[in-house]
Amino acid sequence: MAILLDEKTKVIVQGITGREGSFHTKLMLDYGTKIVAGVTPGKGGQEVHGVPVYDTMEEAVKEHPDAIASIIFVPARFAADAVYEAVDAGMKLVVVITEHIPVHESLKFINYAKQKGTTVIGPNCPGLISPGKAKLGIMPGHVFKEGPIGIISRSGTLTYEIGYALSKQGMGQSTVIGIGGDPVIGTSFTEAMELFEKDPETEALVLVGEIGGDMEERAAQMIKEGRFTKPVVAFIAGRTAPPGKRMGHAGAIIMMGTGTYQGKVKALEEAGVKVAKTPFEIPELLRQALKK
Amino acid sequence: MKLFEYEAKEILKKYGVKVPKSVLVKKGEDPIEKMKQAGLEPPVVVKSQVLVAGRGKAGGIKMAKTWDDVKRLVDELFDKPIKGIKPRLLLIEEAIPHEIELYVGMVIDRSERKPVILASKYGGMDIEEIAREKPESIIRVHVDPFIGLKGYQARLIGKKIGLTGKALSNFAKFLTALYNMFMDYDGELAESNPLALVGDEVIPLDARLIVDDNALYRHPELAKEILEESGEYTEWEIKARKKGLAFVELDGDIGIIGNGAGLTMTTMDLVYEFGGKPANFLDIGGGASAELVKTAVSFLVEFPKTKKIFMNIFGGITRCDEVAKGIVKALEELGKLEKPLVVRLAGTNEEEGREILKKHGIEAFVDPIEAVKRLMEL
Ligand SMILES: Nc1ncnc2c1ncn2[C@@H]1O[C@H](COP(=O)(O)OP(=O)(O)OP(=O)(O)O)[C@@H](O)[C@H]1O
Ligand SMILES: [Mg+2]
Repeated sequence: MAILLDEKTKVIVQGITGREGSFHTKLMLDYGTKIVAGVTPGKGGQEVHGVPVYDTMEEAVKEHPDAIASIIFVPARFAADAVYEAVDAGMKLVVVITEHIPVHESLKFINYAKQKGTTVIGPNCPGLISPGKAKLGIMPGHVFKEGPIGIISRSGTLTYEIGYALSKQGMGQSTVIGIGGDPVIGTSFTEAMELFEKDPETEALVLVGEIGGDMEERAAQMIKEGRFTKPVVAFIAGRTAPPGKRMGHAGAIIMMGTGTYQGKVKALEEAGVKVAKTPFEIPELLRQALKK
Repeated sequence: MKLFEYEAKEILKKYGVKVPKSVLVKKGEDPIEKMKQAGLEPPVVVKSQVLVAGRGKAGGIKMAKTWDDVKRLVDELFDKPIKGIKPRLLLIEEAIPHEIELYVGMVIDRSERKPVILASKYGGMDIEEIAREKPESIIRVHVDPFIGLKGYQARLIGKKIGLTGKALSNFAKFLTALYNMFMDYDGELAESNPLALVGDEVIPLDARLIVDDNALYRHPELAKEILEESGEYTEWEIKARKKGLAFVELDGDIGIIGNGAGLTMTTMDLVYEFGGKPANFLDIGGGASAELVKTAVSFLVEFPKTKKIFMNIFGGITRCDEVAKGIVKALEELGKLEKPLVVRLAGTNEEEGREILKKHGIEAFVDPIEAVKRLMEL
């Protein structure tokens, strides 16, 4: 098992005819992802790497009623519309790769999707991969191996680095989710943790955080309250980065006491989480955590 | 993008908000003349138009009681840097006698994924200390982004910060205007601190609006070159931005290039761990073209703080062969690299990338730890 995505998940690629869309469609197909259709308005009737292209999600779903997930490679100005189209077409999972989407737009489509029971990953994220089964994203597949470790990451490239370090040490992964780097995202640390808690294949979790925001603090709280019971190892990027730029009084008030490297490490350690100083310490810390 | 106080107040007017009467003066203009034309008389407040917060405490807000004060203070404030930045414009505004200063602001609450309104009866320049010492005195109310701010919510917030009667409905009207501006202008932040309470009226003595950079295409009238004025960037950071590079200057001497903010920050952390000090943060982002890589490498070679350069790339949407081509282009353009460059390449198309670099005599590491060790030996 894995979470959200496996070898049976039928996928639609939105923005399949674009440069990134078609490039990554090929890589996802090669990895084994079941891509059944693509959508680009005005390009209906074409084929991309053997995948039929439709003008609308409605047509794609009519021809491929078993599709339940979509991945979006649409430019920022049109991305919100693509999400609404995916949600209205009944997708259960929507992965938004696009970056630079205005935050007021993300705010709305994420709330909308939630009301309709659709899980959104991203925006501005690398997507997710269940190694050996399928990938719905832009990560290089070969760095990940099948196994019992879950990874949730706020960062894109850093996730590949960490997956690679784990795989090299023989520690494969159940599912790896890059949740995205924007201020407002569809799936947070704690929401993804709920899924990993229920997944019998996942034995331990790696949290890859970053300075800023309060998601790491919330994850720590969840662990402290016993709502996540598997061993956790964390890494927080930005130990040596200068503190972020202030955003008026309101920004300072709302973030009071959260967001710093020290604050996050403290919260996590108090919850019993081992925090690695470099990504390359993670495998050893995981091994220790799993032994206990 | 941060807007100046005068710009935020100008926009607020469009929402029917009454702001203090004012004139805007440039250096060299006669403030007295301008004030007279506008029917403005002392006492006035002369306010430095810089984008940094805390102008009052830094001496950028001065009360002028007489015409002589106006002349003197205008000259004084034009020459006075506020946190390193001299103003290009001053706002001369009618002084509003008031006893009560309220606070009201809004941002997007990342974890609730909703706009959140913050309000307090203890506004003014010390609001952050108050938030720290008396957090319960700050009212927080979330807004449904689809329905918007409900009338009763605005009144409830007013009630909770101690307003009643006509003042309460005036406050609710103001708050609704501020919220609408926040939503219409893709605000990351909208606030008024202080919002003065004068009799039954509320008057924004200060206003601030920060617009989401990703949404600027929807507000072309706001787009302007304010890098120098923002006070947030150093000379080299401004140069970098003009070249389209996400670059932050730091204190050390090792140039850092990475792809993705997380990996780039981690690369800095690694260099520290091995005893080095990063001179910068430079993130080439996702899917960088050879052209962008070339620009980034050449930029760090030029950047005087760097003695050597460490490039750490883990390809996802970024292709290692594109990165390698960019490095080669930089090499060809500069003739030779005057500063040692250590490259680490892994991920999408890494073999192709390494092959390209090898042909040009550049070794690319697979293991980042080995790469950092090599970097520190140089
Ligand atoms: N028109 C005015 N009439 C009377 N007093 C004023 C006026 N404008 C500003 N003030 C006073 O000066 C103080 C500082 O002004 P203002 O809030 O505009 O600047 P600021 O210091 O940049 O604010 P912040 O701390 O929010 O960055 C206010 O708190 C207020 O007491
Ligand atoms: Mg103020």
